[in-house]
Amino acid sequence: MTGGLPAWSLPAASRAQIDLELEWPERVTSDWAFGGSTGAGVRVCILDSGVERNHPLVGTVEQSVVVVAAGDGYDVVEDEEGDLSGHGTACAGIVRALAPECSLHSVRVLGAGYTGSGDILLGGLEWAVGQRFDVINMSLSTTKSKFAGFLHELVDSAYFGRTIIVASAHNMPVVSYPWRFSSVISVGCHDEEDPRLLYANPEPPVEFFARGVGVEVAWPGGGTLKVTGNSFATPHVSAMCALALAKHPRLAPFQLKSVLYHTAANVGGAP
Amino acid sequence: MTDPRFAAAAGIMPAEHQHRELLQSIVDTARAIFGAGAASIFLYDEDTDELIFEAVAGESAGELVGTRIPSGTGIAGWVLVTRQPLVLSDLQNDPRFARDVAERTGYVPKALMAAPLLYEESSLGVLQVLDPQQEASFTLAEMELLGLFASQAAIALDLLRRARRARAVVDGQGGESSAVAALAAALETGDEERREPALKLLQALAELLRAP
Repeated sequence: MTGGLPAWSLPAASRAQIDLELEWPERVTSDWAFGGSTGAGVRVCILDSGVERNHPLVGTVEQSVVVVAAGDGYDVVEDEEGDLSGHGTACAGIVRALAPECSLHSVRVLGAGYTGSGDILLGGLEWAVGQRFDVINMSLSTTKSKFAGFLHELVDSAYFGRTIIVASAHNMPVVSYPWRFSSVISVGCHDEEDPRLLYANPEPPVEFFARGVGVEVAWPGGGTLKVTGNSFATPHVSAMCALALAKHPRLAPFQLKSVLYHTAANVGGAP
Repeated sequence: MTDPRFAAAAGIMPAEHQHRELLQSIVDTARAIFGAGAASIFLYDEDTDELIFEAVAGESAGELVGTRIPSGTGIAGWVLVTRQPLVLSDLQNDPRFARDVAERTGYVPKALMAAPLLYEESSLGVLQVLDPQQEASFTLAEMELLGLFASQAAIALDLLRRARRARAVVDGQGGESSAVAALAAALETGDEERREPALKLLQALAELLRAP
């Protein structure tokens, strides 16, 4: 802990040093949470296939890096390639449409060859957590159980470091990570058209459903495509997190998850 | 291979073409159910880091089987790595995509569904369905259906890979498997006195490998 406070215990004399502002309304509404917000100042990381530069529906990307294998580890270097599959650009465009003034960052973990890509994915996430982004959009997962322990530690450290990880849930009958961990926000898709409509799932591990069917998205080459999948529902939730954080920067990940819960259409749903 | 049991096992082992028939029936069925222009199964080749067309139903089917594409780029690569299924439509609005695909396959789809073929902890390949009939209005039910086909295809693909590995052992070319076969042969023909401690050692090794 910073500021000389003990991390594991609290002497009565130190009580004054841990005063926290209570920023919580009597009733959490969508208007309180997101109303009037543009996501300004919130740093959103797209951990994906890269993001095309200067796409009209994405706009400015503050930073683009790529994770490459280096000996037993990895290096993070400036990315000159842009987007190698289209997916990262699509996710970035969804976030930009809902949170037009957020700051977008691209961390590319795809394209350096598949072999060892689990390590590249983990390296990219480790680097992004170290950068203390406010939101990390992660429309990918791994099925390798040997990575589960490290991933769990990594997403927990993000949670305590006030970085919210929004991860696509898997809709196939396999076990994959990190979306199953409770310190991230896991997302599946509903088939309605409202990009800000969320449902809370009473039966986790998938926690929220967001728009993910027939979504028109930015695609490399400056154009658009229509897409379907949980991986396109995820950036809708990342953008909602950016909106809430721009308005209420002190929200910790557990509070942010509560905000999404209270504003979900099947819970409170109040405007 | 001199051990007669291997020869016997090889004799009753399904041949590669039977596994191929299973894969082919899966893509044929997927194409029919989705009313699609084409359906294909890619196998991931770890050695060359490429995706190989293993089974294709629809246009250009015959020519495509065996064709290789790089795994690190494109939609199939993304699906393989991220293990996430997806559906794309309005593809012809994207000239870059259309050109890339046309150069590889001679067929430019308007829409594409793709799902990873996941078996146990591995991503073995990708199932793709091109131009399904309902491309203008995909539903979540179709995504579920795609997932079910992908599960079936993954099992079939795993069987094909195992059959190839077994065949490589029979032919004396296998990597890890041929080492196991060599070990079995040494046990069979080796010194009587050494066999018992060797078996104990192997049992301990098996327990070690099985440990979580």
